[in-house]
Amino acid sequence: MTTSNLHIYILAAPLLGAFAVNLLGRLSRRWVAPLTLGVLGYATVAALVVLARVLRDGTISYTVGNWRPPFGIELVIDPLGALMLLLISAVALTATFSSLTSIERELPGREHLFFTMYLLLIAGLTGLALTGDAFNLYVLLEITSITTYGLIAMGRGRAPLASFNYIIMGSIGACFYLLGVGYLYLLTGTLNMADIARILQGLQETAALATAFAFILVGLWVKMAFFPLHSWLPTAYTQAPSGASVMIAPLMTKVTVFLMIRVIFSIFTPTYAFFHHPGVQAGIVWAAALAIVCASALALAQRDLKRMLTYIIVAEVGYMVGGVWLANTQGMTGAILHIVNDALMTLCLFLAAAAIIYRTGSLGFDSLQGLYRRMPITMAAFTVGAFSMIGIPPTAGFFSKWYLLLGGIEASQWGYVAALVFSSLVNAVLFFRIIEIAYFRTGEAGHGHGHAVVRVEEAPLMMLAPLVLAALALIAVGFGSGPLVNGVIRLAIPGGF
Amino acid sequence: MAYVHSIWPLAAVLLPLLATVPIMLSGRSPNLRESWTLLAGGGMFAIVASMLPTVLAGGGFVLTLAEVVPGVPIQLRVDALGMFFALVASFLWIFTSVYSIGYMRALEEHDQTRYFASFAVAIAATIGVAFSANLLTLYLFYEVLSLSTYPLVTHEQNAEARASGRKYLTYILGTSIGLVLPAMLIVYQLTGTLDFTHGGILAGKASPATLSLLLLLFVLGFAKAGVMPFHGWLPAAMVAPTPVSAFLHGVAVVKVGVFSILRVVFDIFGPDLLRNLDLGVALTYFVSITILFASLVALTQDNLKRRLAYSTIGQLSYMILGAGMVSAAGMTGGVLHIAMHAFGKITLFFCAGAIYVASHKKYISEMDGLGRKMPITYAAFFLGALSIIGMPPLGGFLSKWNLLVGAVQSHQMVLVAVLLGSSLLNAAYFFPIVYRGFFAPAPAGEAREGIREAPLFCLLPLSVTALCSLLLFFYPTVFLQLVQRALFP
Repeated sequence: MTTSNLHIYILAAPLLGAFAVNLLGRLSRRWVAPLTLGVLGYATVAALVVLARVLRDGTISYTVGNWRPPFGIELVIDPLGALMLLLISAVALTATFSSLTSIERELPGREHLFFTMYLLLIAGLTGLALTGDAFNLYVLLEITSITTYGLIAMGRGRAPLASFNYIIMGSIGACFYLLGVGYLYLLTGTLNMADIARILQGLQETAALATAFAFILVGLWVKMAFFPLHSWLPTAYTQAPSGASVMIAPLMTKVTVFLMIRVIFSIFTPTYAFFHHPGVQAGIVWAAALAIVCASALALAQRDLKRMLTYIIVAEVGYMVGGVWLANTQGMTGAILHIVNDALMTLCLFLAAAAIIYRTGSLGFDSLQGLYRRMPITMAAFTVGAFSMIGIPPTAGFFSKWYLLLGGIEASQWGYVAALVFSSLVNAVLFFRIIEIAYFRTGEAGHGHGHAVVRVEEAPLMMLAPLVLAALALIAVGFGSGPLVNGVIRLAIPGGF
Repeated sequence: MAYVHSIWPLAAVLLPLLATVPIMLSGRSPNLRESWTLLAGGGMFAIVASMLPTVLAGGGFVLTLAEVVPGVPIQLRVDALGMFFALVASFLWIFTSVYSIGYMRALEEHDQTRYFASFAVAIAATIGVAFSANLLTLYLFYEVLSLSTYPLVTHEQNAEARASGRKYLTYILGTSIGLVLPAMLIVYQLTGTLDFTHGGILAGKASPATLSLLLLLFVLGFAKAGVMPFHGWLPAAMVAPTPVSAFLHGVAVVKVGVFSILRVVFDIFGPDLLRNLDLGVALTYFVSITILFASLVALTQDNLKRRLAYSTIGQLSYMILGAGMVSAAGMTGGVLHIAMHAFGKITLFFCAGAIYVASHKKYISEMDGLGRKMPITYAAFFLGALSIIGMPPLGGFLSKWNLLVGAVQSHQMVLVAVLLGSSLLNAAYFFPIVYRGFFAPAPAGEAREGIREAPLFCLLPLSVTALCSLLLFFYPTVFLQLVQRALFP
């Protein structure tokens, strides 16, 4: 086993791990945890090594099975892809600690089934970060989607229905993407991204090309829940078992945003995407601003913590789509930084939600009263996540907002700037509502002499440790924004942009 | 200005921040817990004072913590203006801590651990603001201060506290995110930096209209300075325990707001730019409205703390008025008033708290004749009031005199009228309290037997700060020198 193939092992490990978990898990439940954690731990370490190598040596190109493209599948790992690899593995590993504990309670006896799909999903996400082939991207996208449908359907109550809703919309999105790739194949005769890009350069501008781009874009938008194509997300993520949502929520939509960036940079070139169709670029930024405002407003109407968080995810997608389509360096930097930051923030908040529901059984606002006393560490970490969402320095969320706002100001997109500021204020209201409920208790009178002693019932260590780690990571990544942007993200953005 | 790389600025900020850990761990042993607070307070003042000689000699200290954004690191810097504010804040924190201990114990308050821990974070953030080298670092500590003071404002945890907490956050967080953040980004966009530079960084970078808008965004955005119409949080925050009102809303939070505005005026815009664009004059007229209006409303307030709150709102705008005058004396007076007002106001709030502890009275109309039972408290109140009004031989006279001279120097007779008029109003809402306390008979049917002076823990700090107000008139040298260095290096 040489380290020259490390990147394919990052994909292979969860893939093989899924099978191992299923088979060995049937023999004994005790195999599930060590296998899953071991596989993901390996993937994280390997991703770290790959990132270091890519930063040192440049983009890695790898042909799977040594079949040369355009017939074989090529994997391309550039700095952005390597960053995504690390993000996916690290977030998945952290979330798994919490998942294992939740699923033990939510799906007793079926852990091996759950984690089979879980690991397959991670394998799919990893592949998406690696692939350099447009059709392979579709396959991996579907792998991630189908496993997600399955994971969500394993929840209680209306989860199967929510999953079915998601299947419909997700399949439509995937078909749009496939249709777009089909047009590209008709135009170029190849499915390899680099090849397509090369051939497209020599081609004339046609309506077919524009149609291909539009279909691919809209297909991805459905998958990332870009307003108004978002309607599947709130119900699906809310009904999913906590063990599933702690991993799906931070990763799925962010990886899809990454895919949009990949398509723009590696297949179509930024010049074509942003500047060849007048009005499209500005129009999408306005659409993003609208998405941010509407999603934030919808979040205000929610009475359940998890549902509120899902609408915030939709708003954050608006941030990133807008940032990418600002078509300047600051905006793109902000969007990519926000992929990292949002993944971490969402992880932190969903881990907190999982811990709360584990201990209290409900996430309705009324059952959150006095939570600061009952679960102080959980709420402390939740508060850090909340501050990051609002955009308070030195948490990570502030710095991606910084770049996004700067990009908006530079591009004179005042609607987008106003939407970002509005969203920060709405997030402040949303989260301080929760903080207030958790801080005050009903029936408090005056000085509160003679408090009834409240028992501290924190979440178990396996759920608390990843939560605290995520909260600390938010502050660390915040302080480390400079090195992160200069050392990694700037390299990921193509020159001259 | 030669800045020496040093860890001392960070040490000053970190000491109280780290002290929160032992404070929270010693929740069960109150005496141990309180000793951490006092140790942190003493230690921090020692660190700040140890840097004073270098700053007086014309030097300073700097420390870069992290390069977060191109051109704008998170950086601490100790210069004359920052040292001035830090000295006032760290000195007064020691007395506030002593007072808090007495107050909370006398009233058997709940959740004292949370209280002292939040206070420690708040003072760390205040010193962080004082020692910020650029606008981003200042913004960071400004937000930390807003958040760490929320548990203090809502300490009582009743419905009133809940509503006040909401108002507090809405005003303060809303303006900092909605107004300061965009303004800060526009400055960065125009100049590529956010460093506080003597003489400002904005000259010639944008049109007068843009610069005027920016100044407005900053002045209104730093709502902790209580400039109308974003002043409403201050009276609402009076539901907090009195030591909180005394320190945070007499010294730390409100002065952070004014300090931030002054930093922007002096080191982002620069006095010359303000003079050339006539923005200084516009600023002075804008805040004069706050000064007069706040003083008028103060007259109508029967709740003692609310009257002090409106007095604070007016006095804060004095400081901005001084900066806007752009004349030497005016700016000196404005900055000096930060210190003079701090000492005076904290005395007044301490007295209000002492009155509450001794007699459970909050309303001025019920306080007739109380002065005879609490002579020391009322004497201290009298001294504090005189300082705020600006009468010799109290420190406040020096700052107000400078403001008057500054107004005359810049040929703004309207401002002279504003200054004199508001001083008259100040007297009108302070003197009756003292007069009626000493000379009026107790309200009919009210027994005054059980009322004695406040406990020693409360009495000592308020006496010391009152005496300091007196001493500052005779020995203002250190503060004056720092202000001179800050404005005219």
